[in-house]
Amino acid sequence: MTKLSNAQIAWRAAQDIEDGAYVNLGIGFPEMVAQYQPPGRQAIFHTENGILDFGPSPAVGAEDWDLINAGKKAVTLNPGAAFFHHADSFAMVRGGHLDVAILGAYQVAQNGDLANWSVGAKGVPAVGGAMDLVHGAKRVAVITEHVTKDGKPKLLAACTLPLTGVACVTRIYTSLAVIDIVDGHFVLREKLASLTFDDLQSQTGAPLHLDGPVQDLTVPELS
Amino acid sequence: MDKTIPTLAEAVAGIGDGATVMIGGFGGSGAPIELIHALIDRHVATGHPTGLTVINNNAGNGHVGLAALIEHGMVKKLICSFPRSADPVVFTEMYLAGKIELELVPQGTLAERIRAGGAGIPAFYTPTAYGTDLSHGKKIEEFDGRPYVQERWLKADFALIKAHVGDTHGNLTYRAAARNFNPLMATAAKQTIVQVSHLVPPGTIDPETVITPGIFVQSVVQVTNPQQEEVLNRAKAVYP
Repeated sequence: MTKLSNAQIAWRAAQDIEDGAYVNLGIGFPEMVAQYQPPGRQAIFHTENGILDFGPSPAVGAEDWDLINAGKKAVTLNPGAAFFHHADSFAMVRGGHLDVAILGAYQVAQNGDLANWSVGAKGVPAVGGAMDLVHGAKRVAVITEHVTKDGKPKLLAACTLPLTGVACVTRIYTSLAVIDIVDGHFVLREKLASLTFDDLQSQTGAPLHLDGPVQDLTVPELS
Repeated sequence: MDKTIPTLAEAVAGIGDGATVMIGGFGGSGAPIELIHALIDRHVATGHPTGLTVINNNAGNGHVGLAALIEHGMVKKLICSFPRSADPVVFTEMYLAGKIELELVPQGTLAERIRAGGAGIPAFYTPTAYGTDLSHGKKIEEFDGRPYVQERWLKADFALIKAHVGDTHGNLTYRAAARNFNPLMATAAKQTIVQVSHLVPPGTIDPETVITPGIFVQSVVQVTNPQQEEVLNRAKAVYP
């Protein structure tokens, strides 16, 4: 295996979500994490627009357009769901009530700075809830390809794109490795067995530190 | 006491040129489409109102609702968090042509600024946007060793909101995630104008379930079977 698929990255991130955790998944790729909850565990998903404990999309034709997620996709409700207004929703976010937020990234710096809202190009800027979500969750994790489409590192000494938040990311699940951010450093926890440390370091824009043994990053085959 | 207004046209008749207008909704969910369209009707008939400052989470989608308001050139400035959508062509073209001003605000900060406006709190501190381009020029202060950004309240001349059930006193309940910004905006405007899907006599809504108490509401107009922006856009509707 040379790298994980998006589904496999999402699967790996899902393994760290505890039973009963309150979780916000960023729109797009992070939404996949909800599909891979380990059996016997039930996380409760939060969406910024005012739902706790929403479920998968309904069948086509059965959508209720008052019942959508932050990505404006139709969703369903699980037993025990709750509605609330936007100020309460962001009280949950900034007030430290969420256990985990899982977000996408353009770049992550070794001190935990995250850039995921703007590529800095001309056009219409849009931020949504990204800058709020990086503050307040007990764990802020990122799921991402390890490098950009043209092979440049996304894990860097310092971000070059506009920041979403400062020193906010605590763990990164990439297509090659699982890396924690500890005291301003990348600390390697898991990597694909097929990859040497030097291979991984050469695709990472800041030093990878070791703190105890590095585990093999193993995931199931997923379609 | 009876806050009901018989028609949409009368409900929006007081909104003048240059007004600041909060419009509820998150995308199409909770968006008061009929109130917005009534405002467009007035503009088509009289050329007014224009030069509006609009506060909404988004910038409209397709060619109905808020997007149609912008397309008619009625909006000079938009305060929002996410001016993108499935079909953002109207706002995008106006913005890139320099015909509309944008104040981009993180979503939680937007909600809290509106709440602060409604609660008489002129400013507050939030961790959101610290160290980013969206905190430039704002006061930073440390509390318990952590830096926070000072943000100011947002208030409006008018709020156009959508509720599910409302009584003649203006007590309101909402439906599902259509609540979103609506209860906050109701508190932060001098004149809050509500379209309700079901108008009921006082005493019908259980006081335990009231989300917006009537003190925050000035006008109630009934719109049974309101349109949904998503459905209109799938039908490629253009307003008017």
